[in-house]
Amino acid sequence: MASVCFYFQVHQPYRIKKMRVFDIGQGHDYFVDNENERLNNEIILKKVASKCYIPTNEVILNLLNKHKDFKVAFSFSGTLLEQLEKSCPEALESFKKIVQTGRAEILSETYYHSLSLIYNTDEFRHQVKAHRQKVIDLFDYEPTVFRNTELIYNNDLSDELEKMGYRGVLMEGADHILKGESPNFVRRAMGKNLKILLKNYKLSDDIAFRFSQSSWSEYPLTVDKFVKWVEEAGRDSHTVNLFMDYETFGEHHFKESGILDFLENLPEEFLKSPQNSFLTPSEAIDKHEAIAELDVPQSVSWADAERDLSAWIENSMQKDALNKLYSLEKAIKKTKDEKIKEDWRRLQTSDHFYYMCTKYFSDGDVHKYFNPYETPYEAFINFMNALSDLKLRLDLENKK
Amino acid sequence: MTGEAKNKNIKNRLGSWLRWLFSSKERRAKSSIKQTKATKTETPIESPPISRKAESKPSTRKTKVLMLGWELPPHNSGGLGVACHDLCESIHQLEKAQITFLLPHDLGIKLPFMKVIACAPLSKRTEKALGQTAYGPRRNSEDQAGDLEGDLVDQVEKYAKDVEKILSKIDFDIIHAHDWLSFKAGIKAKEISGKPLIAHIHSTEFDRSGGGFIYQKIADIEKMGLSNADKIITVSNLTKNQIVDKYSISPSKISVIHNGVSHKWNKVSSDNLKMLKKVGKKIVLFVGRMTIQKGPDYFIKAAKKVSQVMDEAVFVMVGAGDMERQIIEQAASLGLSDKVFFTGFVSIEERNSLYRSADVYVMPSISEPFGIVALESLINRTPIIISKQSGVSETIRHALKVDFWDTDEMAEKIVAVLKHKSLNKTLLKNGESEAKTITWEKAAQKCIDIYESLTK
Repeated sequence: MASVCFYFQVHQPYRIKKMRVFDIGQGHDYFVDNENERLNNEIILKKVASKCYIPTNEVILNLLNKHKDFKVAFSFSGTLLEQLEKSCPEALESFKKIVQTGRAEILSETYYHSLSLIYNTDEFRHQVKAHRQKVIDLFDYEPTVFRNTELIYNNDLSDELEKMGYRGVLMEGADHILKGESPNFVRRAMGKNLKILLKNYKLSDDIAFRFSQSSWSEYPLTVDKFVKWVEEAGRDSHTVNLFMDYETFGEHHFKESGILDFLENLPEEFLKSPQNSFLTPSEAIDKHEAIAELDVPQSVSWADAERDLSAWIENSMQKDALNKLYSLEKAIKKTKDEKIKEDWRRLQTSDHFYYMCTKYFSDGDVHKYFNPYETPYEAFINFMNALSDLKLRLDLENKK
Repeated sequence: MTGEAKNKNIKNRLGSWLRWLFSSKERRAKSSIKQTKATKTETPIESPPISRKAESKPSTRKTKVLMLGWELPPHNSGGLGVACHDLCESIHQLEKAQITFLLPHDLGIKLPFMKVIACAPLSKRTEKALGQTAYGPRRNSEDQAGDLEGDLVDQVEKYAKDVEKILSKIDFDIIHAHDWLSFKAGIKAKEISGKPLIAHIHSTEFDRSGGGFIYQKIADIEKMGLSNADKIITVSNLTKNQIVDKYSISPSKISVIHNGVSHKWNKVSSDNLKMLKKVGKKIVLFVGRMTIQKGPDYFIKAAKKVSQVMDEAVFVMVGAGDMERQIIEQAASLGLSDKVFFTGFVSIEERNSLYRSADVYVMPSISEPFGIVALESLINRTPIIISKQSGVSETIRHALKVDFWDTDEMAEKIVAVLKHKSLNKTLLKNGESEAKTITWEKAAQKCIDIYESLTK
């Protein structure tokens, strides 16, 4: 007997257009680039929608119709939802249909998929509220469980979430936190009732990272094999939490890899055993008592082998860019120009800082795959040029 | 070109190799003092014939390499001599090969790690040809190509004849010839001995011309050397592709061996430009011969754009060459006379100190087969902006890269490095540790692997 909790992250940033130092002060729209395809947000969104969102939604919707016990959870960043509304309403409609089945939970997050938890609590609260409102407006749905950007979690987050009335939060099942214990049980935040669901990173990454890796000893991953692993892991425990980017299906792994067939066949195989079940995060939280408290003074995340913040905040460029960005907060609050505020917030999306990561640059790995800029250095230069321009606009506006 | 302009141009070229001669004469004087202290000068007459029978166990013995070069430091006009010196030293250290290095002329060089043999004494005429070499001034059109290159081609022919005379006195298993200057000699050595020939390409006529006029006789010798070689080594994929394209050489015959950088040069403490920095200036450095190949004119164009947005930026140009006058005039006409400083030719120590003072180094080469100077800059703790048209960009990821013609982007990147300390710091930290992994030892090991594959 085992339970699976699926959560898919659906997010696209607003990539910053090619900004030259000579463009500063010229009043450009930072997020529209019609010259470089890799930075053209509209083209990228449409591509991802046609490769992933639309076909995978179709699979999910069929599964929900076919198996009354199948359930899923999604978290949509505000920057994605806006872009879907504008450039790909058909994909948004198909997400709505999934939510309307009543068996898809929507999680709460920061509107701008930001690192605001780390840099500015007020801003964090603002973005959580804004996101919540967006989800209510679009889906008529009120989230009760939270997941922070890139599953970043620390004790401070649990303080904030408890104040805001959340019941649960998602977190990476990082080894250095669990110290050999299983991620498949519900935990509690230090000194609080806030429940924690931990990602089973081994089984999640088997799908998210290793599925199409022909060098992997378990390649190819069949539904049979995977269900056996899940049943083994899930025996005598609460839930096996399979958390991953939604783009895993059709975008990170192409359709030709068989990833969509895998997803399509998985529930049937898993539900063959009548004791097996799917749970949404809030169901898992309601059903199970926490077995222990987790004390997390240092942030954990789901990124890289380190499972910390080093993908976004490690080298001098990343720290410099983030510090300069958040140092504008006071001036931003003074301004009445909503467009400036919005641009400042769009610049907070964590992806911008991920692109500046030099940790694995020499190896040309997953960071490179996700980077629309040639190098982390170009990403930094581009970002700082946009930020300089924003600062200029802000200074002019506040002098009025 | 008007007669006057042509005269001026020739004067410029004359000026730059006279300057070279002057500086090298000084150095030569110094080294001749050393030479008198040395036990014996290696000349063809004096060098003892080495018996082939002297070596016994063939399985453990070192491969005997006949290395054919053109110049060695301190008598070098460009990177070729330095690259040969450092590569040979590292090959020696790996203890798998023993090198006899042939030079066309007696430069009075003695080195502890290999036997250096000069094929002929240094005559007035060779001195002149040496002064400009293939790495010296460029002519800009057919009618200017003449004496200088003609002289050089004659010298190359003579080198081959001289090698023929002394070859019987040298014992070797393999011939390793560097650049077109020694290719005729290499082919001759192969003809006589029947030993395999490796042609090592450090730069081609197409690089040196910077997309301009090709001196056909040199290109012909280059092609002849490559066709006759049993194996070709290029210093980059860029150069490999170039000789595949231009000379129709089969890619399977070519191995890419990237150059390294010598780490012993990074011990300099003085700061020549302290005053400039004290008053808040940011220093952008160019190091290279002022020839069309190195793109100094693109550097000036970028400098103009940078100075429009950053008043504190100054530009230091290190090196001499036939374009020096033109570049000075270009800077003046753009109103940059108070921002661009020309140092002329400087010593290695001075150059290292300039790297250290600079905030960023820029290599805008039009076609750079490798570009060791970029690595020298990193070793001396200054981040780099390099041309995408360079071999070194194949080995360094932590650098800013630009197309040499895109001076907008070049200026953009210069401004960014000067403006953001965090960018400068990150580029340097990662770039320096990357540069430290690009060693001559690695290049030497790859050469030895090739020797072994050819002598099996």
